[in-house]
Amino acid sequence: MRKRVFHPCGNYHENYADQLKIYETDYGRFFAAAGLIVLFGLAPYVSSAYFLYILNSIGIAAIAAIGLNILIGYTGQISLGHGAFFGVGAYGAAFLATRWDIPFLLSVPAAGLITASVGLIFGLPSSRLKGLYLTIATLAGQFIIEYVLVHWEDVTQGTMGITLPKANVFGLEISGDVSFFYVIFLALMLMLWLAVNLMRTKYGRAFVAIRDNDRAAEGMGIPIFPYKLLAFAISSFYAGVAGAIWAYYTVSITTEPFNLGLSVEYIAMVIIGGMGNMSGAIFGAIFITGLNEILRWAIDLMMNMGMVTQTGLNLAPLREFIFGLAIVLFILFEPRGIAEVWRIIRSSFRLWPFSY
Amino acid sequence: MDFFIQLVVNGLSVGFIYGISAMGFVMIFKSSSVLNFAHGELLAMGAYIFLVLVTWAELPVYAAFLLTMAACFSLGFFVERLFLRPLIGEPLIFVIMLTVGLAAMFKGLILLIWGGNLHTFPEFLPTWLSLHWGSVSVQPVYTLALVVGTVFLVLFGLFFKFSSQGIYMRSVADNQRAALSLGVNVKKVFALSWAIAALVAGMSGIILGIINGVNVHDLSAIGLKVFPVVILGGLDSIGGAIVGGLIIGLLETLTGGYISPSLRDVVPYIVLVVILMVKPYGLFGQVEIERV
Repeated sequence: MRKRVFHPCGNYHENYADQLKIYETDYGRFFAAAGLIVLFGLAPYVSSAYFLYILNSIGIAAIAAIGLNILIGYTGQISLGHGAFFGVGAYGAAFLATRWDIPFLLSVPAAGLITASVGLIFGLPSSRLKGLYLTIATLAGQFIIEYVLVHWEDVTQGTMGITLPKANVFGLEISGDVSFFYVIFLALMLMLWLAVNLMRTKYGRAFVAIRDNDRAAEGMGIPIFPYKLLAFAISSFYAGVAGAIWAYYTVSITTEPFNLGLSVEYIAMVIIGGMGNMSGAIFGAIFITGLNEILRWAIDLMMNMGMVTQTGLNLAPLREFIFGLAIVLFILFEPRGIAEVWRIIRSSFRLWPFSY
Repeated sequence: MDFFIQLVVNGLSVGFIYGISAMGFVMIFKSSSVLNFAHGELLAMGAYIFLVLVTWAELPVYAAFLLTMAACFSLGFFVERLFLRPLIGEPLIFVIMLTVGLAAMFKGLILLIWGGNLHTFPEFLPTWLSLHWGSVSVQPVYTLALVVGTVFLVLFGLFFKFSSQGIYMRSVADNQRAALSLGVNVKKVFALSWAIAALVAGMSGIILGIINGVNVHDLSAIGLKVFPVVILGGLDSIGGAIVGGLIIGLLETLTGGYISPSLRDVVPYIVLVVILMVKPYGLFGQVEIERV
């Protein structure tokens, strides 16, 4: 039997496969298993309905943020249209479910594929160019998609919105926060597992090579443009899946939430959580969703104390300001995000009496 | 026919203002290849500072204008000093994300201070500025824009051609490393280009404020409309920004007049996607050729 490794006091990698390992130590595997047991076995039963709602929102945001992280953190391209792609996923699922009665398990991945192909339309022109033209093309995508969602009334029913049927998995009806908790977090685990392992394949390595130096990557024989497009399509796919699950979760969708602000929110998640780090996307989703709720709570409190009078007017700008400030501060002081802070904390515990 | 001519005149006037707004953006891109997503917020800052000086402090218009220009100049300088200077040498993606963050921050700040309502400047433009040819008329504000815009264009042309700072800026835009090794103070050039860009943005913000009233949502939307304009004109060409602005303005008013008013705001972005497809470096942009 292999010796269990709990506490390495140095870097003992002997070959490339060692470096690619997800769990550095057997501790990691143990903690991951324990975390999953707590998450699935305990969390939905001990938390209140409101907290469960927050957890579910975090789960959905995390799926979309993982996708954006593949694009920003691993491939070095920025998408400013992630909010709109999220909307395309939501409307895709809504359309498939209401018009063609396609069941939940099929409509969610199908919505992801629809979103990926819509993403390709906007990715295609920009992928011919080096530099950050994708950012500009996705900005255009954001506005064009928003317009189409509002005005293509045959499909999206315009400002009326669509009400989705109840989701159904293998004959089990999914409704209520607890059952959605399982659906959302199982989907999150699946997508996370896919993303982590994708980054260990040749495709993932090619993405990282393109991010680090596109000329060198081309010199090593990586066809840059197809790979950039692929990364963009994968990232849109994640946004689409997240949007589709969100549509089922909120039941009734309208065109309003999918604006540029949402796109910036996802970018904030990726930057604050940590670019180029899968756990970063999850940290970011927790941070931003938590921040949203804390701000809402703080404003309610201030209103009860009579310090603020019109709540609706004050929440949105304050939120925007704090998001912007958080993005700016993280880029200036900890560009690798919360994931890096977490790593530092962990390793200082691990190395405790003798750090350095 | 009159309708058509009036639309063309309106389109060209609006387009010229887009062009002026885009000039500041191109200036930053030229010297530091940063896509500035906070440009609309710089426009809004200029408009709001002018608003405060004119309505609250009740300064005469000329003094308020000059003070606003000075304030915007120092704002651009401080933004560069505080937020962008630490990122020199970092990957470009961080810098661009930073401008996205700055945009959200400034927008939130403006909303917190002034709220989201529409404010208007008091009327101060003399009516003799408006032009008439038969049934076609041009509002005084557009004449003002034309005059101010042309003055700025000529000034920039002279500045880049003859002043030593202008030549330094062009050299940094051309090749940062070569400029550095020849003793150009690149940091100073960055600071100056941000300051000038903010100044131009503030000026166009004032003009836009006179036309549509001052509202941070509208102004930041125009800041994003700069992207189609500069992609069409070529990202690194100041003249191209003006031409791109004119074309986009024309297309907007013609679509608004003949097809549908709601399509008006989306047309620039459709043009943007098409341009990226057929002529990715724009009309006057420099084509980069690179072989590996």
